[in-house]
Amino acid sequence: MKQRLNYEGVAIAAPFTMPYQRYSIDTAHWWIAKALRGSLDAAGVAPTEIDGFSVASFTLAPDTAVGLTQHLGLCPRWLDNIPMGGASASVALRRAARAIQAGDANIVACVAGDTNQIDSFRNMLSSFSRFAMDASYPYGYGGPNANFALLTDRYMQTYGATREDFGRLCVAQRDNALRNPNALMKKPLTLDDYINARPIADPIALFDCVMPCAGSECFLVMSEEQAQRRNVAYATIGSAIERHNAHAEDDIQLRGGWTMDVDELYAMAECAPTDIDLLQTYDDYPVISMMQIEDLGFCAKGEAPEFVRSHDLTINGDFPHNTSGGQLSAGQAGAAGGFIGMVEAIRQVTGTAGATQVKDAATALVSGFGMINYDRGVCSSASILKTGARA
Amino acid sequence: MNSLESLTSDIATGAVRIVDLTHTLDPDFPVIILPPEFGQCARFRMEEVSAYDHRGPAWKWHNISMSEHTGTHFDAPSHWISGRDVPNGSVDEIPVEAFVGALVVIDCSAGAAADDDYELTPDVIRAWEAEHGKIPEDSWVLMRTDWSKRSGEPYLNMREDGPHSPGPTPDGIRFLIDERNIRGFGTETVGTDAGQGAHYVPPYPAHYFLHGAGKYGLQCLANLDQLPPTGAILMAAPLKIKNGTGSPLRVLAMVNR
Amino acid sequence: MTDELPLPPRKDPQKRTTSPTRPPEARSRASLGLSAAAAEGRFALQVCADCNAVQYPPRDACSSCIGTDLLWQDIAATGQLLADTVIQTSTKLYFRERAPWRMGSVKLDAGPVVLCHIHNDCEKNSAVTMLNRLDASGQGVLLAIPTIRTTHMEDDPQLRALSADPRHRRILITDAWNPNTPTVANALIEAGASTVFIGESESWRPHPNRDALAAIDKVEVLPLDVTDTASVKKLAGEIGGKTDILINNARFMRPGGVLDRGDTGFAKEEMEVNYLGMMRLAQAFGPGMCARTTDGVNSAVAWVNILSVNALSNTPDYGCFSASNAAAYSLSQSLRGEFRGAGLRVMNIFVGPTDDAWYQPLPPPKVLPPAIARSLVDGLQRGLEDVWCGDIAKDVRDRWRRDPKVLEREMTNGGDGA
Repeated sequence: MKQRLNYEGVAIAAPFTMPYQRYSIDTAHWWIAKALRGSLDAAGVAPTEIDGFSVASFTLAPDTAVGLTQHLGLCPRWLDNIPMGGASASVALRRAARAIQAGDANIVACVAGDTNQIDSFRNMLSSFSRFAMDASYPYGYGGPNANFALLTDRYMQTYGATREDFGRLCVAQRDNALRNPNALMKKPLTLDDYINARPIADPIALFDCVMPCAGSECFLVMSEEQAQRRNVAYATIGSAIERHNAHAEDDIQLRGGWTMDVDELYAMAECAPTDIDLLQTYDDYPVISMMQIEDLGFCAKGEAPEFVRSHDLTINGDFPHNTSGGQLSAGQAGAAGGFIGMVEAIRQVTGTAGATQVKDAATALVSGFGMINYDRGVCSSASILKTGARA
Repeated sequence: MNSLESLTSDIATGAVRIVDLTHTLDPDFPVIILPPEFGQCARFRMEEVSAYDHRGPAWKWHNISMSEHTGTHFDAPSHWISGRDVPNGSVDEIPVEAFVGALVVIDCSAGAAADDDYELTPDVIRAWEAEHGKIPEDSWVLMRTDWSKRSGEPYLNMREDGPHSPGPTPDGIRFLIDERNIRGFGTETVGTDAGQGAHYVPPYPAHYFLHGAGKYGLQCLANLDQLPPTGAILMAAPLKIKNGTGSPLRVLAMVNR
Repeated sequence: MTDELPLPPRKDPQKRTTSPTRPPEARSRASLGLSAAAAEGRFALQVCADCNAVQYPPRDACSSCIGTDLLWQDIAATGQLLADTVIQTSTKLYFRERAPWRMGSVKLDAGPVVLCHIHNDCEKNSAVTMLNRLDASGQGVLLAIPTIRTTHMEDDPQLRALSADPRHRRILITDAWNPNTPTVANALIEAGASTVFIGESESWRPHPNRDALAAIDKVEVLPLDVTDTASVKKLAGEIGGKTDILINNARFMRPGGVLDRGDTGFAKEEMEVNYLGMMRLAQAFGPGMCARTTDGVNSAVAWVNILSVNALSNTPDYGCFSASNAAAYSLSQSLRGEFRGAGLRVMNIFVGPTDDAWYQPLPPPKVLPPAIARSLVDGLQRGLEDVWCGDIAKDVRDRWRRDPKVLEREMTNGGDGA
């Protein structure tokens, strides 16, 4: 198959995180507006200059990206609504980059945000997907906890992973989060805390689960030329992939769609796993981070437990991973949870990550995963970012 | 002397003694407890209206409130679904002759002391009759258990499976109604039924059968240990409440010295 | 392994009765096929008419060939447990109150992987057998049980919640006069019922079941006449709070269609007993039963109607009786909807001609009381909604499903006249 066009000439800039809150009385519209305004201000871009707009959110109903244009007074000539949860950042980026390359838009704002009101999570579960409504929720209504408990159970049985292995990953992320002032989790986490935590859905316990919260994230996509003209720090896109409903024949999900596209991911970016300075996985449960470490080629299938035992996953370690604390320690702000790794990776390769900065970070891999439509995550995505212009 | 004149004289001389079978109406006296979904029996409450003060300088009086079934009280047939169509089933309709009559006392105090769930069965009644003679038709039958000597928590004797106190079995109460045609049945406990009476078939057999047959109930009686097995006269006149299903009342017995 | 379920202690009258909560009820229309199969106790999934691929979850197009002709077919109910979890906390009140709750994924021998409830006696990675049962919301759900049965497996809380098991329950049979009553009562006691109340009308007349009923331990005969509102209310006032299963077998029947009769006298009686009787019982007992559907081991669980299969399609030999049963059947559907919110089940047993006095002129096969008792106990144990008792009932059902108009034509032959 012919290799697709690369993403040359496209810049990704102005990462902005609206600090998360456990519960919010504000709406998704408010959170999205806050993040969008944050990115625009950071880049010195006026709202009228936005001619491309990409939105990911679960709690906008009854609105979509369309309603937001009128709500926020935007007049884009390119509009995208990305209902892919944890996979949305690389997908949004990939499509926005194509719009820039094709001249469909000059500046695309990619935003993800959700509110979290007392009943939001329960309500979101009840209307998540038809297969979930028909064939998953009636069985204990465990939501993603139950789905990932099954994947974790099977993963442990198949590859001999232990709870300690998952715990190492969570503990390292908490260490990272302690440097991120916006992370919701502020207390250090020990392996003992992890092992002895309250059970949620065996073998999943409290610290395997993310805390749902409100929050929003935004970045801008434009041409490198535009970024340089505006004198903003930016990253370039080495490559980006998305894949949906991969490996439907697998009885239970022990690998994701990355495996179908990983060769192209590295080939287009002209690098190898060993060239990656930091990895941002989608981490709603540690088992899925393990699968990403395997499927993105950092180790062979089934060897992620050994990989986390033999590597230091903290900011100063030999394998910096989820440097802002990830969702496990910073919180899961709905669809913004799909953006947290992307926004952090832009900061890292542009040298603006502050307290979580990995020294000399020049190449970052951001991976996304989402939408437990029934028994497994249907969407996977990934992108490799490189330093364009540091701040 | 006619009989009333001789009675007056006997009371005056003490040859006939008046025994008070009534507990004091008191906010702390236990009432029956039903499952929390059901309406509940109001406790006795008393509020001062005035007490020789600015609210009424020369007089003292109280407003009182309570259920028809609070304290020592009378059950009319209309109290129970089985008796809802009985003629003259409410307290205001019952012929006043019913309020004065012969009484017998079946002493179950020894049994009740040994067993909180002591049952009054046809055999117990027949054994009593073997000693004291057949229960006369149209008499009040009072079940003595000495339960009135309990107070506070042991009175209802509530446990996780409900209250435990003595009472008649379905056969026992039917024997009194069908075979002896009594006028009414009285107890020292909070109801005419046993504490666990909900678990008989039918549930609450004393209420069900007594009222279905147009008979009356008395409960929360006291001082039954001061009564002879036979020969006393009971006076129990409920308040004349329109369509009332029962009433607190003063229950007295006349006893030959 | 599941422990034997002990007889529950007497209820604490000082405690509030738990309000009914239910598992999720929302389903797509396609998914209701699973509920329809569960109503009869069948394990069925969609199969693509074009490529024979077995589908799950239920859908509108085949995930192998995008064909849209998906037919519900009985499927081998066997599989292998892939993974399982014990949910300790759930945002849905029903499961939260029942946690810990075991569920998992099973690879069906027929192909698909299903998420399902897992019986606590299933061992990890073991072979399992699938049940498709109605849950408290009246929706079909899948439960994996051990392929090799365990001693007290019916007492597992998950399995019991997917049944209307008579065990430890107090049951009211409404008509002491019905010829099937002693047999049904005995069968229920055999199945573990703790008490069987039996309603007796006109106790001033001798009736043939009286001695048989008096001889059964745990049977309590109480006055009840379903044609008398006061009588129904009176009994509900007495035992409505401890009626866990109500079996309405009150029946009035006379042969004949409209022209045979010449008046509406018997028709009125038929409606009084067969239709209005059910309504009176529902109005008196329904609210109390609905309030007690989560009242512990002996919670209120099911309402059973015994109906003539001619409720579906009239047989003019018994034309007016059939009409009263059609009315009763229709009313039972309303009750199903009205009881649904509380999770109280309505089971209809459709019976062919029974072997008793008023069906005497009909040729065999006829349904005997033991067949009704077996159908009834089995239906309760499996939590069914529709039970077909006897060969004729099954035959009418199959014809009715094939084509109700053809069945009507078959049932209304005029005969070879001049």
